[in-house]
Order: sequence, then C-alpha cells, then structure tokens
Amino acid sequence: MNDPETLLTVHNLSVVFPSLKGDVQAVNNISFSLGKEKIGIVGESGSGKSVTGRAILRLLPPYARIQADTISYKDKNLLSFSEKEMRRIRGMEISMVMQDPKYSLNPVRTVGEQIIEAYAIHRKVSKREAKQRAIAMLEAVRIRNPQQVYKLYPHEVSGGMGQRIMIAMMLIPEPSLLIADEPTSALDVTVQLQILAILDDLVTRRGMGLIFISHDLELVASFCDRIIIMYGGRIMEIVDADRLHMSGHPYTRGLLNCLPKIAGTQEKLPTLVREESWLHPATPTISIGN
Amino acid sequence: MLRVKDLNVIFGHGSARNHAVKNVSFSVNRGERFGLVGESGSGKSTVLNCISGLLDNWQGTIEIDGQPLSRKRTLSFCRNVQMVFQDPYGSLHPRHTIDRTLKEPVAIHKLGDGNRRVQQVLEEVGLGPQFRYRYPHQLSGGQRQRVAIARALILEPEIILLDEPTSALDVSIQAEVLNLLADIRQKRNLTYVLVSHDLAVVSHMCDTISVMNRGETVEIISRKQLQESDFSHHYTRQLLVASKGYDRAAIDLFQDF
Repeated sequence: MNDPETLLTVHNLSVVFPSLKGDVQAVNNISFSLGKEKIGIVGESGSGKSVTGRAILRLLPPYARIQADTISYKDKNLLSFSEKEMRRIRGMEISMVMQDPKYSLNPVRTVGEQIIEAYAIHRKVSKREAKQRAIAMLEAVRIRNPQQVYKLYPHEVSGGMGQRIMIAMMLIPEPSLLIADEPTSALDVTVQLQILAILDDLVTRRGMGLIFISHDLELVASFCDRIIIMYGGRIMEIVDADRLHMSGHPYTRGLLNCLPKIAGTQEKLPTLVREESWLHPATPTISIGN
Repeated sequence: MLRVKDLNVIFGHGSARNHAVKNVSFSVNRGERFGLVGESGSGKSTVLNCISGLLDNWQGTIEIDGQPLSRKRTLSFCRNVQMVFQDPYGSLHPRHTIDRTLKEPVAIHKLGDGNRRVQQVLEEVGLGPQFRYRYPHQLSGGQRQRVAIARALILEPEIILLDEPTSALDVSIQAEVLNLLADIRQKRNLTYVLVSHDLAVVSHMCDTISVMNRGETVEIISRKQLQESDFSHHYTRQLLVASKGYDRAAIDLFQDF
C-alpha cells in the first residue's frame, strides 16, 4: 500500500442492493490494489465485476449501499469525498468506458461536441484549442478521417467506430486510471482486438492504470498483466496473467476447461460444478499489492 | 438433405440497397453438422432465415430432399425444419407458461397427446417437471435456451437451424447447452446448421464449416482443415489468429476484407 506506484487501493469493499425480498449482496468484502498496470476483472454474469468498477467511481443508484474500509486513489480517500469532489475525479482522474457506445453517446449531439465537452469540463481552454485536441484524439484512436467523423452524429458511425470515439472521449482529459467495462464485447473479434491494441498503446505510452472488466477469461489472460477472478461477489483469486493456466483454483480451472477449443476433440465439454464453499471461505484469501 | 444453390438476398432500394447474400451455395448431408461462421454483416443469419422461411425476398434454389422450396412453406416443412434463436430472452412469449409455449406447436400440427410430449421433451432437455408451469422470467438464460430447444424438438424435426444458440450465455452455461445439443443430435440423428461468430464453437460442433464475409462464401472447409490451418484464404487465417486472443504484433497485420 505504501508503494509509490500504487494508484488505487480498495480494501474490504461491499456493495448491497436492498430489495423487497431482502438485501442482495452484489460485492462481498473484496480487496485489491493496482499501479500503472493492466488488471483484468473476470467473472460470469452476476459475479459483481461491473458493480465493483462502478462502486469505485460511485456510479451506482443512490439506494445502493457501498461500504469499504478504504477506497483510496493516489493517497486520497475517495470515501470521504462529496458528490461535488467526486465529479472532479470522474473523467479527469479516473474515467470509465462502458460496454455499448449506442447507449453511452448522446444521440442528438455530434461526436465532436461530445468530445469537446469531456475536455472543456475539466480545463479552461478556447473553443479552437479544444477542437484541435478533439481531432488529435480521434486520430490517436486511429480514426482515419477525424475531420469528417468530428461532425457526425452517433447513429452515423459503426459499433467499432463508436467504441473508439468513447475511448477518445474518456482519454482526452488525460486520466491516470481507466476503467473499461466490457468495452469490446459487442464487437467482432478482429475489431475487438484492434481496439484493445489502441487502448494498450495509449495506456503504455501515458503510463496509465487500466481496469479491464470482461467475461472472456482467455482474452483477459492474453491482454492484462494480472487477473482478478470473481464469483458470487467475492474474489476467488488474483493471478498473474501468464500463470493463469497453472492456477489451481477449482473455479478458474472449471471456467478454463469448459471452453470449446479449435484444436480440441468433439467430446463432451467438462461442465462447471459449483461449490457452496467458494462463497463461504473459512479463511478469506485476500491478497493486496503485487 | 439440404441444398442451397446461388442464393441471393437484396434488402432496400437505390442508395440503401444492400446485397446481403451473394451467390451462396452449399449442401448438407443427412446427419451432418454444418457451420456458418463470419463476422457481423457477413450474411450468415440471413442465409438461415431464408432456409427457415422467415425471409421471402430471396432468389435462387433451396432444396430439401431434392424438393425445391417455394416462398410459402408448407406445414410439413415447418414440422421437419425447426429453429433455435440467439436470444432466449426475446424468443419466448413472456406471458405464456413453458407448458403453453411447448403445446402451441403440437396444437398447430394437430399431433395430439400434448401432455405426454411436453413431459418427455422437458426431460430430454434436462429440465425437471417443476419447470413446466413457470413463466420465462422465472428461468435463467441457460434454462430458457433449453426451453427453446425443447420447443424445436417437440415436433420431431430432422433439421435444426441454430442461430448463435449460446452467444448470449456464460461460458459455463454454454458448455452445458453445447453438450445437450450434441447428445440430442446423436440420439435423434438430427442434421444441424449452426450459425456462430465463434470459431471455437463451430469447430467443436461441426464437421464442415463455411466461412462467410460480406455476403459471400469465402471458402468451405472441413473441421480437420481448420485445425491443421489447411485453407487458402487470408480472411480465414485472420479469423483464426483473432480467435486466439490478444497478440499486439499480429494485430498490426490485420487487413480489411
């Protein structure tokens, strides 16, 4: 935790959604920290991976109860921040890319206007300078004709292009940490990889931290440095990406084994047998830091 | 069993004209598992919709057992060819119980003996009798997809068209559904036409694989050829590389096709 490189530390985070049928514990006592690295959060639907990402930025509905011992970003305690102070963190320091550009972009404003807004909210700049920055940013996410795309409306761009625009918008205030919640799941495989390459290059060049939330274990293993594997709101384990295939945790093994493989036989796929004990660890396996 | 020859589909007119399927031909033998793989917009689902009769603005020939199909499908065709859709949340009627959903095709085809058929088919797809009078919202995604498969099976078809049957499901549930589909095929000697964007799923399920791009068939290869990288088109190779995960160096070599 005292490592100067540490960007974000989360300690004992829990998120509870109250409901008529009793409380739903979406995230249960999880702890992790990250520095300038790519960390993946992997899990099935309902494992709490997206809620974790949103809880860090406090982007959950007001009735959600977020509890934690620590959520600290660059030694600042985010838990003590007011909503107004949080707004200065969002975008400027920590920003988030959501899954579907169709729902994240404003349909009645041009791409350019929206990117400029993301920049101008945090910095006092002239309109002309903001426009130049926006076009430079569109170029950085490898859009070939940035001048033209700048003037388009969201419905006029493809899914892959939309996601690039989202990334441009999220990176233009120059945050130190990017949370990407399934940023490429709605896209074709080749487009998906091209967008990840853009993210990878920008993150490496600017020395940012990246939290990459995904359901695709193999993709995360090939893309990230470390992987947090979640199930039922708990962290099953935190492994280095290159050691994933040596993991001994039954849940991780189960997830890896049930994937069909191109080189495999056509015999029955092993199915995942869930164990109740995963959700009630006798000794919580919490690892902090690298 | 199933033969498609020179299939063409054009949507829209003038500047909005979209030639979605271009001269697609293939044939599937009885008991074979045929896969159509491609990225979005490649026309793979459109081909399936033409075969099933959901689209009628196609040109070309579609034959089943040597009999060419017309635009309008007969009742016996519908009994023989059934389809399972991608989204189990959208393909089941939200206000019908599972029992009612499954009995509807039985009634349409006047097969009779509905109770026994429903009971039998639910058992076959691995859903217990307790699910019979539930509504779709009371089931998980995997269970709903089992109901969709049961609805296709209840008419005892010979051909099943599968349109991305597992892409809305978690990998652990995907494995269960793929195992179920493999078991049923073996037991009933079914013919499958499977559409997917996932090369690994197609390779796991199919004998023959047609790679599609922008409405055209790039090539038709066997599963063995795919595994041994014995194919001629660069597009297929790129798909194969992309399915192996993130590799920074390989991505710079990607081309647009």
